[in-house]
Amino acid sequence: MTEIAGRELVRFDRATLGYDGAPVLLDVDLTIDEGSFVGIVGPSGAGKTTLLRAIVGGVPRVSGRVSVRGRLVRDGPTAGVGWVPQLETVDWNFPATVREVVLMGNWSGRPWRAWATAAERQAVDRLLDRLGIAGLGRRHIRELSGGQQQRVFLARAMIGEPALLLLDEPTSGVDLKTRDDILHLLADLNREGMTIVLTTHELNTVAAHLPWVVCVNRYVIAEGDPDEIFTAAVLGRTYGAELRVVRQDGVVLVADAAPHRLREAIRHRHEDFEHAHHEHADAAHDHTPNGVGEGPR
Amino acid sequence: MSLVSEPLAFEFFRQGLIASLLVGALCGMLGVYIVLRRMSYIGHGLSHAVFGGAVVGYVASINFYVAAGVWGFVSALLINATARRRRIGADAAIGIVTTASFAIGVALISRTRSFTRNFEAALFGNILGVTLVDLAVVAAVTLGVALFIVLFYKRLLFMTFDPEVAPIYGVNVGLVDTLFALAMAATIVASINVVGVTLIAATLVIPATTARLLTDSFGRMIVLSSVIGLVAGGVGMFASYWLDISSGATIVLLEAAGFVLALLATTVLRRGARWAEGPPPTLARDRPMDDLA
Repeated sequence: MTEIAGRELVRFDRATLGYDGAPVLLDVDLTIDEGSFVGIVGPSGAGKTTLLRAIVGGVPRVSGRVSVRGRLVRDGPTAGVGWVPQLETVDWNFPATVREVVLMGNWSGRPWRAWATAAERQAVDRLLDRLGIAGLGRRHIRELSGGQQQRVFLARAMIGEPALLLLDEPTSGVDLKTRDDILHLLADLNREGMTIVLTTHELNTVAAHLPWVVCVNRYVIAEGDPDEIFTAAVLGRTYGAELRVVRQDGVVLVADAAPHRLREAIRHRHEDFEHAHHEHADAAHDHTPNGVGEGPR
Repeated sequence: MSLVSEPLAFEFFRQGLIASLLVGALCGMLGVYIVLRRMSYIGHGLSHAVFGGAVVGYVASINFYVAAGVWGFVSALLINATARRRRIGADAAIGIVTTASFAIGVALISRTRSFTRNFEAALFGNILGVTLVDLAVVAAVTLGVALFIVLFYKRLLFMTFDPEVAPIYGVNVGLVDTLFALAMAATIVASINVVGVTLIAATLVIPATTARLLTDSFGRMIVLSSVIGLVAGGVGMFASYWLDISSGATIVLLEAAGFVLALLATTVLRRGARWAEGPPPTLARDRPMDDLA
């Protein structure tokens, strides 16, 4: 599937995935080869995370087959897979040092032992060093920057030496520099042989840079090199909205097809609002909209 | 005779002292998980539920520990199961299960007025009446819970920190949850004679919250919280003897005083550290931006 001809690592065979209610994703046929770097894109609620969770047995209702290295995934964990959650779901006030968090990743090595061995602690230090956050082991997780926090959870996923890394929206809620840092780091890891699958809703800044993307929305709409599959037709079906795709100097850029229409609609509504609340017009004018700043977490 | 040796001359005091030391440490230890999992309200409710079980056990002449223990464990599992249904919030589930259970106890007592006095001890604690059997139960529960926490340390930590991700990494959440419910029920039943139904929640929550103020490490928080509970249990017993205040209340008041001290100390220290750092506090919030130099 990618240019690195690898063995098949993950395979979905006509898999329909869901929780208690209606299925989230239908009829998924997909293979992920060893050594590939795949992005799953789609609007929110499209089933990106469900697709990712199915690989680790985190989806209760599965018909069809999901297998990792030829072994069927059932309820429960899949060996050799590291999972990096969305940073926004982490409780940053929890009393845990970087080392304590990373060590969670290999708890099953010595499950009954409360304390880490010297060898385990050295392994953590080596990994932190490799990920560029050496010396932070004793720090509390809240004291780190966004990029460092992402690396801590990457370290937790990697401490068990998995063959496959799954990342749920690794670039959401982080600033621009951190996002680039993370993508470069993941590209480096991929070059060293790690298979990586991530979900993202950012088409231009993330998905367009990946070697392979899978567009999902209830179904797998398309998969392939974003240079080829990011077309107005595919993205239109994925996002259920009109999108314009611009190609220039080898760069793919996706834009809203009709931004001015949206702007007009918003303005129109704003005027209605002012009209309805005439007596409060002054207050409405004072209200300055907040910029889309990249504030700290 | 000195402040320490005089009360120690009495056997009832020695037994009460050992019980309150153990209960203090036990509640401190388990309280860390209760606080971090935001289950403080469960601790409060479960102790009331256990009261219902104790009364039912008394009426049916079943052993107190068996009746209250089973009742508490079942209540904890019921709360877990009800809270998992999405339409019912965990707080509402706890409210329903535990107050209904408490009401059963109250109803039975109001029908049979003869044993009201015994239950005053259950409500407010009666350390002076600690028997050797009570002491043995407290010791066994403390040992059992400590063993559970040590052996399941990694799994409990992972599950407390990240309940969504822990099963992905192979933690059997169902098993650990059930064992935790058992540990919680056992802790509450064992603590009833020392601190009483109404004050157990405080002994579960205050040492852990105080320890959280003092450390950012999970491992150290467990140790600190247990030590705070232990010290409050010991000092509280002596204070209770000399000041002639009920032991449960003395222990809880001591713990509360410790919490206020820790809060003041950490606030002052943090202010001082910020002052020494130089930049005004408002700029400190921008720090995540200039990372990874």
